[in-house]
Amino acid sequence: MIDLLTIFVLAAFVGFEVVSKVSTILHTPLMSGANAIHGVILVGAILITGAAESGVQVGLGLLAVFLATVNVVGGFVVTDRMLEMFKGHKR
Amino acid sequence: MSVQLVYLVAALCFLLALKGLSTPRFARAGNLLGAAGMALAVVTAFLHGAVHNGGWILVAIALGTVVGVPAARSVKMTAIPQMVALFNGVGGAAAALVALAEFHDGPLLFRVATVLTVLIGSVSFSGSLVTFAKLQEIMTTRPVVLPAGRTLSFGVVAVSLLLAAAVLVTSSSGLLVALTVAGLLLGVAFVLPVGGADVPIAISLLNAFTGLAVAASGYVLANTLLIVAGTLVGASGTLLTRMMAQAMGRPLTNILFGAFTATAAVERGAEERTVRSGTVEDVAILLGYAHSVVVVPGYGLAVAQAQHAARELVTLLEGRGIEVSYGIHPVAGRMPGHMNVLLAEADVPYEQLKELDDINPGMTSMDVALVVGANDVVNPGARDEPSSPIYGMPIFDVDRARAVVFMKRSMRPGFAGIDNELLYNAKTTMLFGDAKDSLTKLLAAVKQL
Repeated sequence: MIDLLTIFVLAAFVGFEVVSKVSTILHTPLMSGANAIHGVILVGAILITGAAESGVQVGLGLLAVFLATVNVVGGFVVTDRMLEMFKGHKR
Repeated sequence: MSVQLVYLVAALCFLLALKGLSTPRFARAGNLLGAAGMALAVVTAFLHGAVHNGGWILVAIALGTVVGVPAARSVKMTAIPQMVALFNGVGGAAAALVALAEFHDGPLLFRVATVLTVLIGSVSFSGSLVTFAKLQEIMTTRPVVLPAGRTLSFGVVAVSLLLAAAVLVTSSSGLLVALTVAGLLLGVAFVLPVGGADVPIAISLLNAFTGLAVAASGYVLANTLLIVAGTLVGASGTLLTRMMAQAMGRPLTNILFGAFTATAAVERGAEERTVRSGTVEDVAILLGYAHSVVVVPGYGLAVAQAQHAARELVTLLEGRGIEVSYGIHPVAGRMPGHMNVLLAEADVPYEQLKELDDINPGMTSMDVALVVGANDVVNPGARDEPSSPIYGMPIFDVDRARAVVFMKRSMRPGFAGIDNELLYNAKTTMLFGDAKDSLTKLLAAVKQL
């Protein structure tokens, strides 16, 4: 459990560091990209559904898989569309 | 072991994706790298983890793709913020469901992680739905404070905390379901008092919340990838939220809880106030014989799809030797940077887009400020009236230009629902109508000069 906490603390620092110098015009795409990344809950949803025993677990798990997939694919596609607009107008 | 290695690669992809998204040059590549890392992690999880129900999982993924991709593809650029809110909400819901499905009588830390995932995930879900409703203008965009709003909110918080503690002690799944319901109410209570113009900040914060819920679910499942990715999003999202609040020039607490403490805006008497409305020809003469013009576009321009008409007018004015620039407020549109995206779509050269600090110092020598479908970002109340709900937000000082032209559909106040003194200023000429329509007519009129 301490190992996991260590990972958490380190990741938090990296997370702060990595976006510390972002320009205003990229706030929206960055938020949207981060939004797609937390769709990684899809991995968790697949794992619990794959190991589910009761019908309730399967139902909840599949619903989670569905919602997480919407989060992931929608998130990446919408971010890409936004960034496409900047094409050719780079500094 | 090999699975852990794949997770490490995926986590690195996410990290580099965020890094790339922070710089204009690598933003698109960063996003694609993030998607690649995600695909890698999902395929690996499926191959190693989907011992049962593999077929059903594939069906659920297919359904999610069928819903998600067309939604993301077809959404108008103007509606991007509420789309992001929806995607964020379903992510939060997925995290809460995972923790609900996985709940059993485990060790204390496991229960703590479960409680956090369920609570934060459901807050994020319902909160995001409310922000969606506000941005889509399904419900009022003004801050909503129920009669006993403060008591009610504190009540929901207290009940949530009590239920959380009860679940920790009893490990009762019934109480966990009750906690989910409390979390849903909490999300609603949290977002309702946030005013229209501040909603994007709430979305950004809820985005960070979902990240934290995912990180907590990583403890529930003892999965390092979920912990790392969730924490990255939680941390970067929190920082991003703070930066957005700074762009608005206000502390975060004021944005989130301002509606509870704000003194009611001074009700102005019902006395008739005069507004000067001009014709297209008046405005054409004003613009055509100016030396310098600044165009301040707002959400109204985007909604009317008037970006192209605006660009044509600017080109025409430049052809007459007039100096023209676009003043882009950091929060013009519905989100920070939203207007840049919208104008880039209309092929407006990046160099013409100027920020507050570039425009404001020279505002007094500006002949005409043409405000197209913007309102709150030029409201002098944000500068002069401490009682204004947007007091402290930096604005374009267009009231200091020699003349102001306001293109607006009606006298209706802006998204934040705040009256704008500038509309009644003697220097101001109103040009009522749809932005695209007016700009097209204006274009023809300037050509006639």
